[in-house]
Amino acid sequence: MTISAERPTISVDTNASPPSSRQKVSWTQRPGWLSQHLGTAIIAAVLGYVFGHWLGNYITSSYPYIANSGQNAASNALALTFGVVGWLLGIGALNYPLAKLVGKEPVHEPSVEGWSKYFRYTLDHKVVGLQYVVGVLLFLFTGGLLAMAIRTELLSPTTHVFGPGTYIEIVSEHGTIMMMMATSIIIGPLGNYFVPLMIGSRRMAFPRIEAFSFWIFIAGYGVIFSALPYGGFPTGWTGYAPLQTQAGPGMISYLLGFAVIGLGMMAAGFNIAATIINYRAPGMTWSRVPIFVWAILSTAALLTLATPTLFAAGLFGVLDKTVQTAFYVTEHGGSSYLWENLFWFFGHPEVYIMALPGFGIVAEILPVFTRKPLFAYKIAAAGMVGVALLSFFVWQHHLFQSGINPDMRPLFMLTTELISIPTGFIFLVGMGTLYRAKIRFEVPMLFAMAVFFNFLIGGVTGVFLSDVPVNVTVHGGFFVLSHFHYTIMGGLLFAFMAGLYYWLPKMTGRMMNKKLGQWHFWTMFVFFNLTFFPMFIIGLLGQPRRVFTYAKNLTILNDFSSISAFLLGFSFLIFFANLMWSMYIKPEKAPANPWDSLGLEWQTANPIPEYNFERIPVIMTDPYHYSEVGAPAVADLGLAGSGAKASSSTSPSKSS
Amino acid sequence: MNNDSNHLRRIFVITLVLSVAADLLYWFLVGPHVPPGRMTSTASDNQWDFNVLMVIALPVLIGVWVFLGYTIANWSTKRANVPEPKGGPAARSNMKAQVLWIAITTVVVLFLAGFGTFELIVGNGSGGGEGPNPVWEPSGAAQAETAALTSSASWAPGKVLVVQVIAQQWKFTYRYPQFGGFETPELILPNNTTVAFNLTSLDVIHSFWAYQLEVKADANPQENNVAFTTTKQLGNFTVRCSELCGLWHGAMFDYGKVETQSNFTNWASTTETANAANTADLPAFAWTYVPDANGAAGGYYPDGTVTPYSSVETYGAKQAAS
Repeated sequence: MTISAERPTISVDTNASPPSSRQKVSWTQRPGWLSQHLGTAIIAAVLGYVFGHWLGNYITSSYPYIANSGQNAASNALALTFGVVGWLLGIGALNYPLAKLVGKEPVHEPSVEGWSKYFRYTLDHKVVGLQYVVGVLLFLFTGGLLAMAIRTELLSPTTHVFGPGTYIEIVSEHGTIMMMMATSIIIGPLGNYFVPLMIGSRRMAFPRIEAFSFWIFIAGYGVIFSALPYGGFPTGWTGYAPLQTQAGPGMISYLLGFAVIGLGMMAAGFNIAATIINYRAPGMTWSRVPIFVWAILSTAALLTLATPTLFAAGLFGVLDKTVQTAFYVTEHGGSSYLWENLFWFFGHPEVYIMALPGFGIVAEILPVFTRKPLFAYKIAAAGMVGVALLSFFVWQHHLFQSGINPDMRPLFMLTTELISIPTGFIFLVGMGTLYRAKIRFEVPMLFAMAVFFNFLIGGVTGVFLSDVPVNVTVHGGFFVLSHFHYTIMGGLLFAFMAGLYYWLPKMTGRMMNKKLGQWHFWTMFVFFNLTFFPMFIIGLLGQPRRVFTYAKNLTILNDFSSISAFLLGFSFLIFFANLMWSMYIKPEKAPANPWDSLGLEWQTANPIPEYNFERIPVIMTDPYHYSEVGAPAVADLGLAGSGAKASSSTSPSKSS
Repeated sequence: MNNDSNHLRRIFVITLVLSVAADLLYWFLVGPHVPPGRMTSTASDNQWDFNVLMVIALPVLIGVWVFLGYTIANWSTKRANVPEPKGGPAARSNMKAQVLWIAITTVVVLFLAGFGTFELIVGNGSGGGEGPNPVWEPSGAAQAETAALTSSASWAPGKVLVVQVIAQQWKFTYRYPQFGGFETPELILPNNTTVAFNLTSLDVIHSFWAYQLEVKADANPQENNVAFTTTKQLGNFTVRCSELCGLWHGAMFDYGKVETQSNFTNWASTTETANAANTADLPAFAWTYVPDANGAAGGYYPDGTVTPYSSVETYGAKQAAS
């Protein structure tokens, strides 16, 4: 083995002078305020919006207006489009492609030092990861506030806090914001941050595309919320036509918002998949890839392959509303079924975009806190790939009662139920790992165990929904609502929290407070279940989704659920308090490897240098050799003085 | 590995005991009361279906929970004398366990899919929407559906009753083609009768959910969606819209009634006569209707210079402008 002799070393020249203004430095990375950053992005977005609005009115004056609104649909669509383009120009996301386009050599892009790099377009995946943490928490917080509003309205069947229009706006914004957040909640912050570290790479394959995916994700947030001043949209997150066609100007924000977020999802998926496939360190064979990376790879594949459908479907909708095409207008030869098919053709893989990263985190964390190797690693990886593949063949189970393809229902019932086989693999892996272990109930482990509890309920109720006869009872009611909150919130969000508590010490160098963390966990776990479990019964008793009024005999159950929901909201305040306390108010320095993990990501220097690894590590084995005497080190990091740690009698010779 | 089999045996026995107890308690105490009751054939069929799934699901839930509980109780670091776990190949995989797990889940899943398909076919679509040309339908339904389109269609006890549900923002109305095609906001059904609900919409997608009847099907504009059930008990039932249809979706509900066959015939004949003048203003009975250019809930083009989308007769066009 002579690998190490050829491995390049990054030499960090600490005496290098800061780039002088005479050197060409990119606008995004110049120090100080005279550069491109969040501020310029906001200014450019506003200018773009105003310009687009003017342009739309100019070229389509006396063109159809949106019903009952006095708004010009084309001008709204152009305003938002130019707003997003302005945002991207302002942050500097288009500098590089534009420079290339006109044949200019791209300029040097050294990272800005200090906190201001978090407000810029930056190429370091670790900065993007932290930007995503703040981004998804912003989504989560606003979506959560809207949920509180929904539960407030449902306190009483007869006394109304909101008018029906406001209520539908709130429900629709809640669903859309949460779904958009959930597509990125793990792959964005933790995937971007840790995938290169876990596969031994110094960088992402396409760092510009990665940064682009984050900034357009934030633009999508703005676009979705731009619906509110336009009166919102009345369709829920599913946006069914012809209600979509009939809706007011806020609908444009929904359709464009999904298209904009869709661009970000495709970009993120493409970059991460390419990175995992091409940037693994030497020795990182497919059987040594950490299980979290397998989960992220399957998710990235789904993002890349499923999202284009959403993107196209959203743009068709925009065309229908602006230039009066008729993709979804039945009277003109289109079809309202078309939207349902396209939306769910994306929408079901989307559901697994929201489940797989959670499985990955749980499977990654379990061995650390049980001190046992991951049980049935290959089954776990196969399960994730299997779920990803099958997820493309189940979309019509959302349409069992719609009248579309009724004779295909047995097939879609079968494919849907087949998904529980690979999903069951994850439970086998988890239970096998827990068996005869020595479990440390640290905060991340508590959240990981809760995922098994919650997702089991979510999964089993999914089988009820997939059964066509039972689906007649539960379709479109609170039962299905509870089911997907159990999988997405109970699975994905709990897994995200596990991942945050587990990895934040590495990301920030600060430990989260354990006491507050336990309080956060127990309140969130208990009140999550008390909020959503009654909803199964509410659904069985006949309450449809998205209603502002309901049968009087359901008041007690609804009130119980609402009060639990408020307390669930309170548990997030504990989380934010913990975050503030542990990160800013009273930071406690984290040890280099607080959980004694064997994972490669914990073996980098602290804080992690910009290029992650001084030398490209050579991977010796998978990172799950817990409680194994004489196990090889995970990787040869090639560092002077660390040879004793890295080499052992079982590892290949690394002397050159 | 004597110790190993002890743990697994204990987990298995606890699971078995709890599962049998839970299943029996569920089947006899909870099962008969599971919504939506037994008012129709589809309601009792689907209730039975739900209960069968529950009896299979409970042992799965209990098995995993017992396992998790057992691990927490026995192998937490908080407990003294927890043995150090062993790594190595034995902890990494166990062919027997893996094969057994995959085999069991596969058998359960295939059984469930087969069972669901059987129930769906035997239940003639189980009260769900079956599209315009139902693949599974009760005997006599096809003839009744075909006859409904002719003005001479009639109903007598024992025949399939055809009811058209017309959804629009934000109400349901019902047409009875076997009684001259009158349209009414009241939904009255005869007992012990197979009903063919034909759903369509005049504007956006709605969903007709007759809760106690266990009928649920989307009402799509310019599509017909058929669902079947057979009434078994007298009584009132609730109808709700279960597909978001805009502003007043939450208020889109009404009530219906299952009456004796003679009461129903009386009511239908009386209503037919009373509504004759209105019925003449309606478009001829059809499975779908093209909405008036103004739309049932306000125009798509609001500028006043509307032209009808279609040369065919449109729903509402004959009525005097209000």
